[in-house]
Amino acid sequence: MPATAAIEVSELVKRYPGVVALDGVSLRVEQGEFFGLLGPNGAGKTTLISIVAGLSRATSGRAAVMGHDVVADYRAARSRIGVVPQELVFDPFFTVRETLQFQSGYFGLRENDGWIDEVMAHLDLTAKADANMRTLSGGMKRRVLVAQALVHRPPVIILDEPTAGVDVELRQGLWAFIRRLNREGHTIVLTTHYLEEAQQLCARIGMLKSGRLIALDRTQALLQRLADVQVTLRLRGELPATLRAQASEQGDGRVTLRVASAAEVEGVLAACREAGAAIEEVEVGHADLEDVFMQLMASDREGAGA
Amino acid sequence: MSGAGVTERPDRRGKPRATLSEDAPRPAAGSAGFRTLLAKEVLRFWKVSFQTVAAPVLTGVLYLLVFGHVLEDRVQVFPGVGYTAFLIPGLVMMSVLQNAFANSSSSLIQSKITGNLVFVLLPPISTREFFLAYVAAAVTRGVVVGAGVFAVTVWFAPPAFKAPLWILVFAFSGAGLLGVLGLIAGIVSDKFDQLAAFQNFVIMPATFLSGVFYSVHGLPPFWQAVSHLNPFFYLIDGFRYGFFAVSDASPWLSLAIVLAAAAAASAVALSMLARGYKIRS
Repeated sequence: MPATAAIEVSELVKRYPGVVALDGVSLRVEQGEFFGLLGPNGAGKTTLISIVAGLSRATSGRAAVMGHDVVADYRAARSRIGVVPQELVFDPFFTVRETLQFQSGYFGLRENDGWIDEVMAHLDLTAKADANMRTLSGGMKRRVLVAQALVHRPPVIILDEPTAGVDVELRQGLWAFIRRLNREGHTIVLTTHYLEEAQQLCARIGMLKSGRLIALDRTQALLQRLADVQVTLRLRGELPATLRAQASEQGDGRVTLRVASAAEVEGVLAACREAGAAIEEVEVGHADLEDVFMQLMASDREGAGA
Repeated sequence: MSGAGVTERPDRRGKPRATLSEDAPRPAAGSAGFRTLLAKEVLRFWKVSFQTVAAPVLTGVLYLLVFGHVLEDRVQVFPGVGYTAFLIPGLVMMSVLQNAFANSSSSLIQSKITGNLVFVLLPPISTREFFLAYVAAAVTRGVVVGAGVFAVTVWFAPPAFKAPLWILVFAFSGAGLLGVLGLIAGIVSDKFDQLAAFQNFVIMPATFLSGVFYSVHGLPPFWQAVSHLNPFFYLIDGFRYGFFAVSDASPWLSLAIVLAAAAAASAVALSMLARGYKIRS
């Protein structure tokens, strides 16, 4: 029997009047994973997270956290999950420490100051412990949101766009801390618009489009779906007809060609020379998650993943 | 912490530290969730007590000064009771009711609009705990403001305390009823102006027309009958009975009506919360 999934959703449907936000999503995130949930705005990422966190109710289907149904067994489910919401929300009446103490109390932890101090230290909040939430900068408020999600040491942590509008230094610090939590055994689920971050951090990725899961695979496997190497050229002259099928315009006068391996780059250059097109600029690179993402989003639904 | 699933690993300073790599036992939030939410709600209004306590006390005193001064020599509502003495319990109860309503309704709508309600929706707090915490905080504010108004106005015309238990019973049940109504208004409203409409077009007229400033016995029969349909009338009337042992309706009837109204409102509020109406989309 497989171990209990950190998060398991099956046939999840969420309909709002006139909109299908989730159209039958099934997904399993294993314990200890660093999982990325990607998709364009309106794809259903936040809806999915909200249902798992109990903030929203599914029209049909079920969701469970560490084996506990989020509706029938909501106390057990909610006490095992920490959510960093996308919106920069705060309660203007309280200080950072009060905010974290109240959050602990809501989870039944009355004497939690040791852990609160530790979390604040890791997030560089100690100096602001007694500052009112209103007086904090956006980045500091974001850190408090992360701290609030961690006060009850949840085994499952969901971060919904945690680095939106956050400066580079905080982003690096935040990821170092989240990676550490992951190493210590916490399951991390991340949504982000920064695909570079997802590629670096997440071992497995699910992609949502219009409420459906269109890809679900290890990050490496997703990257390998696209031809491995791409050559970007600026030519004086026409691209040979034999290469046009594998080329895409960059919009700045350059064309990008996908080839299976580095060995084929030579053939592309030779074909151009033979056709009389002078090569003014060459750039060789690997496909990244953004390329995969763009291709999957552009393609039809047939690509639904493994 | 100890138990299955908790792994102890030393941190850099060599101290053992619990991490949750597996499914560790979780504390039962139970009443701690309720107590924390109540404490948060009380601290919320207490931190701005100048606005939430001192201001309504001043308003109550102004009413007393103006109406008491103008009407003291012209109106005698109950035999042997001066108008100012008659007015004081009415003003105290009006303050209790309006502030209990204001507390739960404004706290909830602020949290909804600013989005920080998410902090109490994510934890394992039950519908009942949520309900009780908001209502208990509303009762606290209502009673604190009422006590403040009483403490300041009582010197103008010390009233009798003929049946003090009734005073407490109506103060708390009235604050509770309005706390529940405030909760409902906060749940239903999406914007501040909707809540303001509820406050200005329902709560204000109902409290003003409940006999705070007059005895309904002095009204024409039609308006007397209308007044008897207003549950707030029974709150003011029963509360005043505690001071003078004289009232328009029997305090037992008043209590029965207030409790019935509170039970009905609570059923509505609990059902909305259980369904997640406008809170868990």
